[in-house]
Amino acid sequence: MNIRLNVVAAKTIIRKEIVRVLRIWVQTIVPPAITMTLYFIIFGNLIGRRIGSMDGFDYMQYIAPGLIMMSVITNSYGNVVSSFFGAKFGRHIEEMLVAPMSYATIIIGHVAGGVLRGLLVGLLVTIIALFFTRLTVAHPLVVVLTPLTYLGGVFYSISMLPEFWQNVSKANPILYMVNAFRYGILGTSDISIGHAYAILIVFVVVLFTSCMYLMQRGIGIRE
Amino acid sequence: MVTIRDLMKALSITNLTKTYSNGNQALKGIDLSVESGDFYALLGPNGAGKTTAIGIVTSLVNKSGGEVEVFGHSIDSELEAAKACIGIVPQEVNLNLWESVGNIVRNQAGYYGLHGKLAKQRVEKYLRALRLWDRRDHIARSLSGGMKRRLMIARALVHEPRLLILDEPTAGVDIEIRRSMWEFLQEINEAGTTIILTTHYLEEAESLCRHIAIIDEGRIIEDARMSDVLRKLQREVFVLSLTEELPEAPALDGFMARLRGDRELEVEKGPDCDLNDLFVQLNARNIHVSSLRNKANRLEELFMRLVDSKQQEAEL
Repeated sequence: MNIRLNVVAAKTIIRKEIVRVLRIWVQTIVPPAITMTLYFIIFGNLIGRRIGSMDGFDYMQYIAPGLIMMSVITNSYGNVVSSFFGAKFGRHIEEMLVAPMSYATIIIGHVAGGVLRGLLVGLLVTIIALFFTRLTVAHPLVVVLTPLTYLGGVFYSISMLPEFWQNVSKANPILYMVNAFRYGILGTSDISIGHAYAILIVFVVVLFTSCMYLMQRGIGIRE
Repeated sequence: MVTIRDLMKALSITNLTKTYSNGNQALKGIDLSVESGDFYALLGPNGAGKTTAIGIVTSLVNKSGGEVEVFGHSIDSELEAAKACIGIVPQEVNLNLWESVGNIVRNQAGYYGLHGKLAKQRVEKYLRALRLWDRRDHIARSLSGGMKRRLMIARALVHEPRLLILDEPTAGVDIEIRRSMWEFLQEINEAGTTIILTTHYLEEAESLCRHIAIIDEGRIIEDARMSDVLRKLQREVFVLSLTEELPEAPALDGFMARLRGDRELEVEKGPDCDLNDLFVQLNARNIHVSSLRNKANRLEELFMRLVDSKQQEAEL
């Protein structure tokens, strides 16, 4: 593999993704920022006052890391999906498929682009209050991701769940991301930090390997 | 200095087969060999297998069997090296229509490992060459059909490939732009780039290409130098416009003549006759010709004959 070529190609994909996110910022940045701000207002302020404290923190404080992480995760995921599938249906994915970069570079470039959008939105969620009135346009694939976020311990400690749902939650990678981040912000977590990172690494390896397999076989992108 | 790589075949295809999941056998074992520096035409009707063959060479389609080598690099064992040699202009527009013209070409440079000053120079060089530099900040969606075609050529050339494959690049392009694209392609071919062209405009292949392969129903039915192919043509048909009406077609020695309307005469010329002889005979009969044109494109005629003879063979 030509490492230099692949580094340049990965940087190019990341740059392309950033240009795309900024070009359509009204669709990529504003709606998730508004959505998360509404979460803060509704769950944190209105409902949270009735709930009281959790793990020694007031409810608004408790859900803040989860909401930030949730915005990072959903936007990272949504960006990769919309960009990659947009390229597939517009057929300009062929620009990348005919080029001599590796399939790993294509995956890494898109994941990095998605993470950058997630971080940008996550940053905004921490600083934006209620300046907007528009509601977000939901992405269809969020249908899959959104239920995961509700079992991801964003709004509660999983110790409050019945044992069955605690076990279901433990199969959800978002639980580990939210708890690791909450641990970083508040110093409290449902899962030990070492355990959370170990599980996340396993998820990354399994999902990356699956993506590589799909790309190499050309499933859905080559006949 | 000529290197061993230069002496290699630009493209070598051996017994290439492709059967799609719906059972359609698009390629039934084709063999092709394209010399380095050649300008090669791949002709065939819709559904003949041209785009499938190109798709396999450029790794957009998985092959079912056979071997493909690009400048000696097998697409099975050295795919990335093979890809680096190829520039592809697809049949259908596959641009990101919301991306700017400049970014499309610049991104493609990046995918091939070009960056910084070199990438910028190449982007400018090819956007200027394809007369798109003034449009570099416009989104691709705002371009006309001809401009989109030119943009796809600029994108394919930005890494200066040794083999340029164009799948019907002038479809839907007006005559003026088509001619300027022909000139441009001839220039880059003369500069050393091997070009493979598929086209429905047979005149295009005859004007540009030195070698021709004809593919029909997944099989190569002709593969030869253009001059040899044209030499195979036995007869040509001319349409003469006459200054006066004729009651019936004249009997001409060595020619077959028939009337096409009142003042048009269709004359079929054999390989051993020349047009001077035709005009001598017409003059002797006091028939005056105001203009003359070749009825059919010669390649088109050849193509139809080859396809017909294959069908007749199949019926027998």
